[in-house]
Amino acid sequence: MISVQNISKHYGPVKAVDGVSFEVAEGETVALLGTSGCGKTTTLKMINRLIEPTAGELFIDGKNVKDQPAELLRRSIGYVLQNTGLFPHYTIEENIGVVPSLLKWDKQKTRQRTLELLEKLHLPQDVLKQYPSQLSGGQQQRVGLARALVADAPVLLMDEPFGALDNITRTKIQEEFKQLDELKRKTIIMVTHDVQEAFTLADRICLMHKGKIVQIGTPQQLLFHPAIDFVKQFLEGQRLQLELASVKVTDLWDNFSDQPGEDAESETADITIWEAFRLFTNGRTSVTFSRANERKKIDFSALMLAFQQYQEQQTA
Amino acid sequence: MNQQQTLWQFMQQQSDKLLTQTLEHIGLTFISLLLAIAVGVPLGIFISRRRSFAGSILGVAGVLQTIPSIALLGFMIPMLGIGAKPAIAALLIYALLPVIRNTYTGITGVDPSIKEAAQAMGMSKSDILRKVELPLAMPVILAGIRTAAVINVGVATLASFIAAGGLGEFIFGGISLNNSNMILAGAIPAALLAILFDVSLARVQKLNVKKLAAASKALVVIFILLAGFYLAPAAYGSKLLAGFTPEFMGRQDGDLGLKEKYGLKIRTLVISDAVMYKAAYQKRLDVISGYSTDGRLKAFNLVTLQDDRAIFPPYYAAPLVSDNALKKFPLLEQTLNLLSGHINDSVMTELNYRTDYLHETPEKVARDFLVKEGLFRPSRQGNDGTVRIGSKIFGEQYILAEMYRMLIEGNTNYAVSTKTGLGGTKICFDALTNNQIDFYPEYTGTGLLVMLQPDQQTLNSLGSNRDKTYNYVKSEFYEKYRLHWLKPIGFNNSYALMMRQQQAAALHIKTISDLKRFLDNK
Ligand SMILES: Nc1ncnc2c1ncn2[C@@H]1O[C@H](COP(=O)(O)OP(=O)(O)OP(=O)(O)O)[C@@H](O)[C@H]1O
Ligand SMILES: [Mg+2]
Repeated sequence: MISVQNISKHYGPVKAVDGVSFEVAEGETVALLGTSGCGKTTTLKMINRLIEPTAGELFIDGKNVKDQPAELLRRSIGYVLQNTGLFPHYTIEENIGVVPSLLKWDKQKTRQRTLELLEKLHLPQDVLKQYPSQLSGGQQQRVGLARALVADAPVLLMDEPFGALDNITRTKIQEEFKQLDELKRKTIIMVTHDVQEAFTLADRICLMHKGKIVQIGTPQQLLFHPAIDFVKQFLEGQRLQLELASVKVTDLWDNFSDQPGEDAESETADITIWEAFRLFTNGRTSVTFSRANERKKIDFSALMLAFQQYQEQQTA
Repeated sequence: MNQQQTLWQFMQQQSDKLLTQTLEHIGLTFISLLLAIAVGVPLGIFISRRRSFAGSILGVAGVLQTIPSIALLGFMIPMLGIGAKPAIAALLIYALLPVIRNTYTGITGVDPSIKEAAQAMGMSKSDILRKVELPLAMPVILAGIRTAAVINVGVATLASFIAAGGLGEFIFGGISLNNSNMILAGAIPAALLAILFDVSLARVQKLNVKKLAAASKALVVIFILLAGFYLAPAAYGSKLLAGFTPEFMGRQDGDLGLKEKYGLKIRTLVISDAVMYKAAYQKRLDVISGYSTDGRLKAFNLVTLQDDRAIFPPYYAAPLVSDNALKKFPLLEQTLNLLSGHINDSVMTELNYRTDYLHETPEKVARDFLVKEGLFRPSRQGNDGTVRIGSKIFGEQYILAEMYRMLIEGNTNYAVSTKTGLGGTKICFDALTNNQIDFYPEYTGTGLLVMLQPDQQTLNSLGSNRDKTYNYVKSEFYEKYRLHWLKPIGFNNSYALMMRQQQAAALHIKTISDLKRFLDNK
């Protein structure tokens, strides 16, 4: 869907982005991760031509982005900014309606679509007549998302979309974000410097350093098969948490001893271990997981043992 | 003239003029403001795009604004003549800086992430300007327009110097006539206008962004309507165009008398005497109100029209001396009287011409004249007390003061100090009565109309009779103020209507009555 081919952006001697290439498949979510100043934002902005690359080519759906006027290109790409970038002089309704009005939608259609998004994003209808300054940070961010989604652009670019929120609100919105079916169909590139966020939300992670890509791969690949030491060091501080958040119960399936579960109720094995932990609350000692037709009944210590074995296998 | 007249009575009596002047004032302010917006806002936008030009453009606008207003008006005359055009251009220049600067600051001050969001959503550059940058910058831009409006209300008072009308006509007329009611009748409305515009624009500025967009559009319409006031036709048309000073306009022995006694109907502009003569010479004006001994009369080839119905009282110059001084300096009176009879109108005009137009120093002109007349004696360097001479702030008075100095120093043992340039009549007179000076040259007509202000009946009885006026003023001054009028010097520096020599000859106009006949002849 998106093909980035050897793009660079130089500001005089500063190589903000230096020969970066990657592909993003349709419907995939890729996170651009890295320390401050490594070129994430610059890379992202070259995709919708807010920044013109010094060298290299960019294709969306096989078409070079330079083949159409930047304005038209941008109307087909959703964009979410860190500090929302909502127009302070527009009501929420008008803010969401900016792209539809550029696309000359009729009022009825815009209105309908706006209401639909409000509902999906858990925003009350009264916000429509309000101005951004009257909303909380979390609500503003949701409106920012609604504005990017309203025209149903197939591609969504996000620059630290949750960066300005407090921890609790961020986790909540990230959670909703994952659940949003609207997003599941979209090809998403998001910039973040929050490792946790990248691991939670992205299918693949593109780790950058000093304008170059260090490694691009799934969370597990980065965790267990780091390309160079830098990757390992980068993830070291939060390794356990990241592993728990990225390894799934299905990944451990073969490490469980065969104890066919007999409970009537079973849980899907397609959840992370972190999520599985939550099932063991309220005095539950064992949980029956199901994968395809198989069922296995597992207690907490069996889960931890299997996870330990998995870690050893991966790094071996 | 009635001293007891209140401001309110004055305003009622002059309500026609007051209304016209106020409308002209508003019109001038807003025409120039509109132009400043039309020029300044695009320039501000331009430099917010090309920041490298910002310094130089703001710099030029800043320098223009520091030019003193009178000087700026002066510069405009050779290029744009007199009247509305140069006044509007000058006002435009003053209004430009705040408009450009605030547009620039307003636009560059818009949060970059908002601009980026607009861009990222696919808005075109002009969309971003119209829908994002300008609306968000509007409060700042309005603040600039507000500043410009207030500046313009102030500067527009000076428009009356170059015949562009406005409340300055009352203000400056009042100052030269020493008529506080007239000053206030101009100054108060001007101040009120400034406050009104300031407060209402401040209101608009504080509206929320949504209403602001509508309000800004409404403002433009309102500004255009207000600007239209200026075009409201005021005077009647006529074959010739007159330019009178604000002072002349307000005097019984000026425009009022011309209307009353001659029934003169001429299209009239109000203009400062600094540019009036030249404007007549350049054929921008046909008839002007001048002083009969003004040097420019000669310089610009103008002739005075005969005052055949005697509305201009005689303005014979004579030294006005305090009683003290005559007692303290026994030789003073006879010394000052030495000059009497030596200077007639055309001699004085010639002398004025040499200082005002050839830029010779008053001292040289005075000395040359005394030498020629055989009155000059070298200074005796005496130290028998110091005589203090005062003078008003124009060339003729400087020359007379110099002559008196030389006469006193040459004929007596008194020393002399001169306090020249004591502003107008009022200042000289006050200096004399408060014993700051010993004498100064004054004119009988001024003494009569400005100081004594007798009733109409007395005025009628004096008419334009030179001796009657002199005697009346002399005795009244002694009675009221203990001041002495010495012998008249000889020349009569009265008001006069003037025309270009050539035109007057061609139209056979010699007297004011001729002028009226010509104008009435359709
Ligand atoms: N307009 C510019 N002129 C010069 N240097 C720039 C410009 N924009 C970015 N840079 C430099 O390019 C590098 C990459 O910037 P970029 O904004 O892409 O970083 P980032 O990874 O998004 O960082 P952060 O996490 O802090 O947002 C930085 O070193 C930055 O200083
Ligand atoms: Mg960034």
